[in-house]
Amino acid sequence: MKLTPEQEALLNGEKGETMAKVVKTLVMYGDAFGAERMVPVTSKCGHTVISFGLKAIQPVYDLYDQLIAAGLVSGQKFTADPRPLDPEVPSSLLEDIVFTTIMYTHQEKYEAQLKKLGILSDDGYTCTCYLDQVGNKPEKGDVLSWAESSAVVYANSVLGARCNRNSGIIELMGSVAGFVPEFGLLTDEGRKASWVVEVRCEKKPEAQLLGSAIGMKVMEDVPYVKGLDKWLGTELTDEACAYLKDFGAATASNGAVGLYHIDKLTPEAKELGTKLIKKDAQVYVIDDAELERVRESYPVIWENPAAKPELCFVGCPHLSLSQMEDWAAAIGERLRENGLNRVSVPTVFTASPAVLREAEKGVTAAKLRSYGIVLSYICPLMYMNNPLCKKKAVITCSNKLRTYTSARYCTESEILNVITRKGGTL
Amino acid sequence: MKQFKGRVIVPGTCKAEALVSRGGFNTLASFQMALMFGDKQVKCGDQNNADIYKKPMLGKALCLPMTIGSTTGGMVLYTACAVGKQPACMLFSLPIDSLAASGAILGDVWTDASMPVVDMLGEEFLETVQTGMTVTVGEDGVVTVEDEAKSE
Repeated sequence: MKLTPEQEALLNGEKGETMAKVVKTLVMYGDAFGAERMVPVTSKCGHTVISFGLKAIQPVYDLYDQLIAAGLVSGQKFTADPRPLDPEVPSSLLEDIVFTTIMYTHQEKYEAQLKKLGILSDDGYTCTCYLDQVGNKPEKGDVLSWAESSAVVYANSVLGARCNRNSGIIELMGSVAGFVPEFGLLTDEGRKASWVVEVRCEKKPEAQLLGSAIGMKVMEDVPYVKGLDKWLGTELTDEACAYLKDFGAATASNGAVGLYHIDKLTPEAKELGTKLIKKDAQVYVIDDAELERVRESYPVIWENPAAKPELCFVGCPHLSLSQMEDWAAAIGERLRENGLNRVSVPTVFTASPAVLREAEKGVTAAKLRSYGIVLSYICPLMYMNNPLCKKKAVITCSNKLRTYTSARYCTESEILNVITRKGGTL
Repeated sequence: MKQFKGRVIVPGTCKAEALVSRGGFNTLASFQMALMFGDKQVKCGDQNNADIYKKPMLGKALCLPMTIGSTTGGMVLYTACAVGKQPACMLFSLPIDSLAASGAILGDVWTDASMPVVDMLGEEFLETVQTGMTVTVGEDGVVTVEDEAKSE
């Protein structure tokens, strides 16, 4: 890699040993992918995937202490993934003990570290930092140093920003240095599609199921998806963006997708169309039967697969305001039809603090609460990352949550049916 | 005995028993429970990976095509290295992905752990190596797979 004289000086210790190690890390990272140079980070804000004060990752906090001690804070403000805990979310006494004495013992200390490192605000904790209400929406063409798979894939695909699938820690180092190695999704060639996905479903495919199927098939490659305009249209409306948010999260967690193009809809597909497809691209045809096959492949790891759901999570990634409004309308209608006032399964909706604040301004939050739904800013994944949750029958319409925990996947309409049905059975 | 030449991402040598994931290795899903609750054998917690689910990863030659999943993956691998819970080495049939590279490099630059990493060993490597076989990694990126598998 060819470094500028300034970058070379940093690598040689001009700003101390710790900064030299930061730059060495970025250089080795770039070398692994054949990067020839560093490019400046141009976005207004960064985003870090590490938002949790988890005892088990003490080495991360020790490393961040080294950065802070050396005066190496982020050159840009940044947001972070959601907080792991919220007293509003139902939990047993035993779970509370596990959360506060075994797992998230370092939360306060870590948030203090993030303040020193440059977090945007006390409310800057969400995986959907790119939503209008949050204040970290990159411009098309911006170079980012972000991590959080669902945010990276959204920023690349829907916003046309440029970001590799960076890992936690590396993303902060890019923000500290102010530059990142140029490779992969930062280059025009790296943004070309090596898969064409033809969607031939009879009905609108569930976003998180379609994303899962594509992620499992293409892994880290870039897919160019045809056939979705029938349902999503050709403009990035709130509804289309919410669909793509959930779709992308599933491609990224069930596979390793960092960028997708949606024919006639996403910015680069609109500009360049099929020129984005590589000559030797493979083809994957998805119909309703293929989606059913993928769904059938998910293991159900509940202790009792026939159990009645004990808890339901909706909002991984965090819900948008329009999604909360749609859910509120649908749940209200279905409860009325079924002669119920409140949901029959304890249900938690998660969204960013900023979106929740907006929902409080209108009737949406009040409506959802009146149906018995808990509104929270947490990360459901962090909540479920403990052995006690393995014993719990949790349902979710998030394919990301299903992938990382014992939660059982249901489509959105199945979730609606279950939580508004008398008895709340599957 | 069969030899494969790959590209060295993190230099080093080792000899260890192979643990083979034929599909993408989800770093977070594999390590999270073991790291969080101090599993001494670091058993794989990824229920979607039938090849290695519940099998110990500590000290094994982890053979895989690539890693997948959450972008905490590199941080998780770095943490495993920092607390001495890492595999003996990581051997990729494909070019390394950005998350695995991050974790391996962070482990190399910021910890004292030794975890040689070699990528681009080719499809035949993953077809040849079986869980339980003995694998030797040379400084030059040459990986030797012994024919005989140890009984598990």
